[in-house]
Amino acid sequence: MSAAQPVLSVRDGHKRFGAVHALRGVSLDAWRGEVLALLGDNGAGKSTLVRCISGVHALDEGEIRLDGEAASLATPAMARRAGIETVYQDLALFDNLTPAQNFYCGRELSFPSWLPRGLRLLRSRAMDREAASVIERLKVRLPRSDAPVALMSGGQRQAIAVARATVFARKVVILDEPTAALGVRESRKVLDLVRQLRDEGNAVILITHNMEHVIELADRAVVLRQGRKVGELKPERANQQELVSLIVGAGG
Amino acid sequence: MAETTREPETTSTVRASELRANMATAVMVGLRLLNFGPVLILVLLVVAISLLTPNFLKPVNIGNILAQTAVIAIVAMGQQLVILTRGIDLSVGANLALATVMGGLVYRATDSAPLVILAMLGSGMLVGFVNGAVYVFGRLPHPFIITLATLSICKGLALEFSVNHTTMRGMPAAVTVLGETSWLGVPNSFFVVLGVALIVLVLTKSMVWGRWTYAVGGNPKAAVEMGIPYKWVLVSTYMFAGLCAGIGAVVLSGRTGASSPLYGNLLELDTIAAVIIGGASFLGGRGHLGHALVGAVMIGVIRNALNLLNVDVFYQMIAIGLIIVLAVEADVLRNHLEGRARASQAARNQ
Repeated sequence: MSAAQPVLSVRDGHKRFGAVHALRGVSLDAWRGEVLALLGDNGAGKSTLVRCISGVHALDEGEIRLDGEAASLATPAMARRAGIETVYQDLALFDNLTPAQNFYCGRELSFPSWLPRGLRLLRSRAMDREAASVIERLKVRLPRSDAPVALMSGGQRQAIAVARATVFARKVVILDEPTAALGVRESRKVLDLVRQLRDEGNAVILITHNMEHVIELADRAVVLRQGRKVGELKPERANQQELVSLIVGAGG
Repeated sequence: MAETTREPETTSTVRASELRANMATAVMVGLRLLNFGPVLILVLLVVAISLLTPNFLKPVNIGNILAQTAVIAIVAMGQQLVILTRGIDLSVGANLALATVMGGLVYRATDSAPLVILAMLGSGMLVGFVNGAVYVFGRLPHPFIITLATLSICKGLALEFSVNHTTMRGMPAAVTVLGETSWLGVPNSFFVVLGVALIVLVLTKSMVWGRWTYAVGGNPKAAVEMGIPYKWVLVSTYMFAGLCAGIGAVVLSGRTGASSPLYGNLLELDTIAAVIIGGASFLGGRGHLGHALVGAVMIGVIRNALNLLNVDVFYQMIAIGLIIVLAVEADVLRNHLEGRARASQAARNQ
């Protein structure tokens, strides 16, 4: 786990959907303790790339390496087990469950371990306790921790989804437009969470259209256009224009 | 939230926020009322009917209601789990009929009660497995069609297998005992209902499996993304609904001392009605066994009351239909109020 080696590395990734060549040889490295902004216009291939990393799609060509070793990420569950957490744009929350139940859904704490997973008994109290301590640690403010998520605001839901990722993330956290639907104050809270994820030693991949957030938060920015990587630089106020022209492809 | 950082408020914004807080409280009260609505309606029904006809609250009549409700209640608990996962099982009635016929056939060969019961439960579960497996692995868009198909198939098989294509008399004593009343006028079938309820309670509240059924019903796409084996969750849910139909078959055979391809007619509609009337969401993800039980009792009470009041059967059907409309509208209203609650949360956060 030396710093000399990226925790996640995509090598020459290709992905086609029928006639559409969505990724045309994209390479990308992500390092522990850094926020990598993934930029690009709509249809540039950001979401496709991210879905390949999180196990929703499989690359047609190229490979994904985790800590230097080729990783098999055929399903979202496998990616998750490998230490890659994804906060999807639609959040993938269960409206009918409480925050704690959402946190552990699909990997419930349960016993006895010799039974098949589905037949085990829930350790509800342990899960509630763990979830409460995570919510406390991340300073997420919820109206009631025992109410279903359906009753919570967009920002609270976003915070729950990000907090869920922090519970389990061990290597990579992918955030797909985490602030797109939020007001200023709620965005701020989510950005604080992103920082915390990074400080806990994860590689954070952030997809966003908000240049302010990129400059504020990202250590590095990779720009995609038409399925290719067209630029990689450290985002600063001074090169904001350059970033924008890379994204829209207006020479620059 | 974050009151400390809020800018000093002028009187007009204070009034606006007060108004907003009142609205939020009203929304929460409305939601809570909707949650208790079915129980409230049941209590009102019981009070109103007992005023109209004094026979209603007599122990014998209550025993009758419990006995008549038992089959609907048991099968409705299975139906409730299916509806929880955004599905529907139209085959439960025909499944029950086929199960009683299977039990009846075994009884002709042997007097063994365990074997007769096993045949009924096994037949029910097998049909449930077919429902779930074809729905999931046949990649059907909705379980409506496959369970409609198995409804027809089971009905046909039950008629084909039953001797002379009609009712067969006789059941082992250990089965017919379920049709009797032993303790304080409570029918024995009531204890079967309690037993099934206990099993459902453990399955849904204490086991990982139950949590997964809620997850699949709440957000199927997210369930896949979170690594829940949703195909097997669905198959096992339909199997459990089939098992409940099999248990219902045992209880009904016990009460009648017979088996028949004509049993369980329209039971699918009664059980779906019970679940929806009881307050579970037709949209999936919401509901518990209490809903199925309250709904089943409500149907039993309405039928019984209209019988006692000498009202024609077709008015019973109209009454139950109207209550279904009411229940579905209540579900729509609940979703609307939840949206309002969410909005008021967001407003408070700004």
